[in-house]
Parts: sequence; C-alpha cells; structure tokens
Amino acid sequence: MSLLFVEQVLNGLQLGVMLFLLAAGLTLIFGIMGIINLAHGSLYMVGAYAGSIAASATGSFLLAVPAGLAAAAVTGLAIEYIVIRKLYDRDHLDQVLATYGLVLLFNESISLIVGRQPLFVGVPPALSGSIEILPGMTFSVYRLTIIVAGLVIAAGLYALIQRTRLGMLIRAGATNRDMVRALGVDIKLLYTLVFGLGALLAGFAGVMAGPLLSVQVGMGEQILIMTFVVVVVGGVGSIRGALFGAIVVGLVDTLLRAFLPQLVRGMLSDPSEADQLSAGLASMGVYVLMAIVLLWRPQGLFPARS
Amino acid sequence: MKRRTFLTVAGAGAATLAAPSLLRAQSAVRIGLITTLSGPGGYIGADIRDAFNLAVEMEGGKLGGVPVQVVVEDDGFRPGQGKTVAERMLRNDGIKLLTGIVFSNILGATLPDILDADAIYVSPNASPSNFAGKECHKNFYSIAWQNDTLHESAGQVAKELGHKRAFILAPNYQAGQDALAGFKRMFGGTIVGEQYTRLDQTDYAAEMAAIRAANPDVVFQFHPGGLGIAFLRQYAQAGLIGRVPMVVAAPSLDHTTLKAVGDVADGLWVSSHWNVDFDNAANKKFMAGFTQKHNRTPTYYASQSYDTALAIAAALRQTKGDIKPENFRTAMVKADFASVRGAFKFGPNQHPIQDWYALKAGKSASGEMQIVTQRKVLTAHGDIYAPQCKL
Repeated sequence: MSLLFVEQVLNGLQLGVMLFLLAAGLTLIFGIMGIINLAHGSLYMVGAYAGSIAASATGSFLLAVPAGLAAAAVTGLAIEYIVIRKLYDRDHLDQVLATYGLVLLFNESISLIVGRQPLFVGVPPALSGSIEILPGMTFSVYRLTIIVAGLVIAAGLYALIQRTRLGMLIRAGATNRDMVRALGVDIKLLYTLVFGLGALLAGFAGVMAGPLLSVQVGMGEQILIMTFVVVVVGGVGSIRGALFGAIVVGLVDTLLRAFLPQLVRGMLSDPSEADQLSAGLASMGVYVLMAIVLLWRPQGLFPARS
Repeated sequence: MKRRTFLTVAGAGAATLAAPSLLRAQSAVRIGLITTLSGPGGYIGADIRDAFNLAVEMEGGKLGGVPVQVVVEDDGFRPGQGKTVAERMLRNDGIKLLTGIVFSNILGATLPDILDADAIYVSPNASPSNFAGKECHKNFYSIAWQNDTLHESAGQVAKELGHKRAFILAPNYQAGQDALAGFKRMFGGTIVGEQYTRLDQTDYAAEMAAIRAANPDVVFQFHPGGLGIAFLRQYAQAGLIGRVPMVVAAPSLDHTTLKAVGDVADGLWVSSHWNVDFDNAANKKFMAGFTQKHNRTPTYYASQSYDTALAIAAALRQTKGDIKPENFRTAMVKADFASVRGAFKFGPNQHPIQDWYALKAGKSASGEMQIVTQRKVLTAHGDIYAPQCKL
C-alpha cells in the first residue's frame, strides 16, 4: 500500500512536470504581455507532431527533441509576429477570438498535411523499460526522465529569471508593464522573446508527451484547460507559482483518481455506483482545488505582483 | 447564412458533376450519407464513405440494378450539425434514404427527425440500446451490431480463455458504462477492479498502478480512438503487457489504431464480428476492391458500411427501386445479401443476429503487426433489448 502510494506520488509528479512546461509559458505570456493565448495548446501539438515525424524519419529520439523545439519556436514566433502583435492593445475578448481561430486553423492544417490518423512514436530504446527505484517498486525510466528533465528546466528558468538581465526585465514586465515601457526598454523585442520562450517550452512538452500519449489533432486542447487551472492556482505571471501549482494540481489529480475509488467504496454498498461517483468526484478535484485557492488567495499561491 | 447554404449547394453540385455516371440517371435513388469526416474520428467517416461508394462503383453506379446517387456530407463530429444536415437533406433535397452516422450521440440527435419525416435510416455503425429496445422503429435498421454485443463478445472471449479475475476500465460516459455492463453480462467471473476514466484523460499512470496492485488474470478496457492508443502504450510502458493479458472489443483496436500503437498490441485479444482475413467470397471481393482503390487496410467500419450498401442493394433489387417504407421494409428484413462477415440476419428489432470471433494481434512472418482470426466464440448472437421491441 505504501509502495503503491509512493508510485502514485511519482506519477502525480510526472503529470505535474508536464503541466509545468506548458503553464510556465502560458503564465509568462499572460502575466507579461496580457495576452490570453488559447493557441498555446497548438504549439504543444506542433512540437509533438514535429518530434514524432522527425523520430520516425531519422529513427533517433535525440533528433526529435531539437526538431520539436525548433518547429514550436518558429511557429510561436510566426504567430506572435503575424497575429498576436496586433492584439496587445485589444481587450481579452478579441484575443480569445483570434487565438481560438488559430486553434481551429492549426487543427485543420495538421489534418490536411499529416492526416487525421494518430501518429506512432516509440519510447527511445535507451529509456524504455522500468527500473527498481525502491525494493519491490519499479517505475518507468521514461517517466523518470520526464520528471528529471522538467525539474532541470525549472531550475534553469529560475536562474534565467532571477540571475540575468533578461530575467530582470521579464520580472519587471510582470510587475509593471507600463513602467518598463516608460523606461525605454524595447518592449516589442521582450514580448517576442517571451512568446518564443513559451513556445519552446510547450514544444518540449509536446515532444516528451509523444511516446506517452496519442499524437493527434486536438491533443493541445485536452491539456490546455488543466494548464489554465495551474496558472490560476499558482498565480498569474509567476514561474514559481507555475511550478508549485503544476505539482499540486498533478498530485491532486493523480492521487484522487488512484485512491478515491477505494474510499468511496468503503462508504457505499453498491460498488458500481461507488465507482461512478468517485470518478465524478475525482474529475472535479482540481476544479474544487482552484475554487478553494480563489476563495482563500484570489491572487494565486505565488502571485507575481505581491 | 444564405451564402453558406449557397456554398454547400454549389459544393454538392460540383460533387455531382465529378461523377458523370451518376448524373445521367434521372430517376436515380438518392441516398444521404451523413458521416464524421473531421476531428480525431475523421478516419472512421472516411472509411464509411469510401466503402459505401466502392459498393456503388462495383455495380457501375447502381445498387441492386437501380441507379443511385450518394450525397455525402460531414457532420463535423457535432450532433447539432448532423441534425441540420439531415433536415436539409430531408426537406430541401427530398432524400428519403439515409445512412453513414458514426457516433451514437450524433445519431441520437439526428434520427428522430429522419423517422418523423417517414424516411428510412440504415445504420452502418452507431446502434445504441434505446433504438434496439423500447424506441425501436420500423424504418431504422442496424447493419453493424447492437452496441452491447461488442462488449458481450469480449466478455465471452475472456471467459473462454479461462480467466477468472478481471480488472475492467472505461471512460465515464454512457457508452463506457454500457461497455462494462456488457462485458460483465457474459464474463461471469470475479471483477477485482472497476475503474472509470475521464473522456479527456490522457495519462493513465494511476490506473496502471492500480491494475498492478490488483494483479488480475485479465484486463478489459474500452477506450476508443486516441484514448485507446495512449492507454495501450502506457500499459506496455508500465511493464504490464505480457504479464496481464488484455481483451478488448473491436472499437479499442481497429486496423488504423493498430498502426499507431505498433508492437505494443502484440498478443492482444480482440473480439469482433469481422476481420480482414475472413475466408468468404464476398469478403475477398471487398478486400481486393478496397485495398486496390484506396491503398490502405480497411477497418471494420468500412466492412459495415460495405454491408450496408449490399443490404440496401438487395432491398432495391426486390422493390425495383421503390423506397416507400412499407415496401422497402418487406424486402429489407429478408437481408438477402452475402455479408462480408458470413452469416447475417435481422432480429425482430431489425438489428443483426450474427457470429462473433476471437481475434489476436501479433507479428506476421515479415514482422508486420496484424490481427488474425482465431475462432468463433458466439454463434447467431442477438441482443438483450430485442424482447422490449414491439414492431
């Protein structure tokens, strides 16, 4: 039981890390640029597709990573330049409409170019299989790799934001956008860089998700809602918030799915009714968490403008 | 709105012009084929469209010697759009014979309008329980199966393989709940774990750990399309494949998803009413025609749609092109056609009575993944809703 709990905590951590890669970009884009970017999930999808295609063409996962990153970053920079730039001074409704249009555009384009059939991409041989991390408990090497890679990226982002001049500007932008502009910083360049960084992280999440999930049209929207929950829970514009929010959301979601059925079964006599009830409660879990955080700390757990 | 209607009408016109053999017949029977061509389920609709058209082409633009014109429209995976398309076909185009819908939620929104207009609907796929039982209708025919029987046959396969303790999983929605109920109806063993997943769930790590902890003899899961691909991959990555055998129903592993999961499906048991390797003349003709024309392996959806065209052809041959519901029905219920799946007849609720088979996925001699028919598990199997149907 306790070993199973440790394993489920690791599973939750892995989901959290994936959510963090997406949420980090989303929170920066929203916090600094004031843009609600629904097309963030599309960048994740582009990364996953480019990674899968590169992996199956070259047979090497090491080449899939740069291919996915490059495709997502290029796509991100292109939509920033062509569409998002025109939206900075518009209200959120216009942004939502335009970026939702981008979601439809990307989904249909990928259907046309690649086809509607989900792509296959295998786990790289070096990372397949599982290892025994505790006596009697094995865990997938690939999932472990995702956790480690995600935490390394989190540390790297932390260093970038706390220790570099670019990071200082990003922090300043998240705290007071108008003041940064008034001080003569090239805000357009900063915006483009931030958007590109967000796209890069989303692309990386997409490449890593390829072997685990189904690479298919619309995969971005599946995860985007949860990513928004992470951003709200963690606090808009804050990388630290995105990290802790993602891990909390990942753990809550996984642990509820794993252990709620047994708890509810103990309380209700009809097992199939209990399972349906617990499945319903488990899928509500992260949204209940978001509601509690909003009541208790409306700015999120780690707000950027504290 | 007007402009959009104009565009679709113009589009339909262009499609007609593209098929000159259909245009010249003035008295052609028009068949409305509403199916899902966009979204993740788009490959299913494409197979249904292509197989139906294949049957028409094989007869040189006719079905049962009667010239037909097939009008294809996309429902966009949206029940509302399916309903709108059906209304337009019924009211503006005067189409009285329809088919093609993939998903039961879209059928649920669309079928009442079709039946109210006294038109005929022949289902190549979706066949939920309500239209097989109390709400059965003399103008509704299912060529595919009644939904529960897909999963009943999987329960039968698991039972015949000698498994006693099963862990079962499905998404928490109507079809998922029906799937688990259908499996349990035939399985008869102990259910050591029953878990509902979410329709938008992509990560099944928690479920994998629960399966490992429960250590069952067999796992049954129903996760259609992309969900199933993710589930199967993670099942393999969790080291469960080879340790705990898995039995699934046809929708969880068709010949398109097989390509996407690859080696992971090795050793998986599938229950189905049709497979590419069925050794009968009708199936050989279908397989040769489909692979030659489209250069891909058809899914079982394609086989059902092809059978739908054959069933309509048999009825049209007898009525000489008359699609007045009562005349059409007398001919249709005889099911006087050679189905690609072998034995086929209609039950009292106009749903199939047919045989079910155990199939197994594995590697061929050349290393390709394939699904091979093993043996028959159910003979002349109908559905449990038929007694509730009063026709």
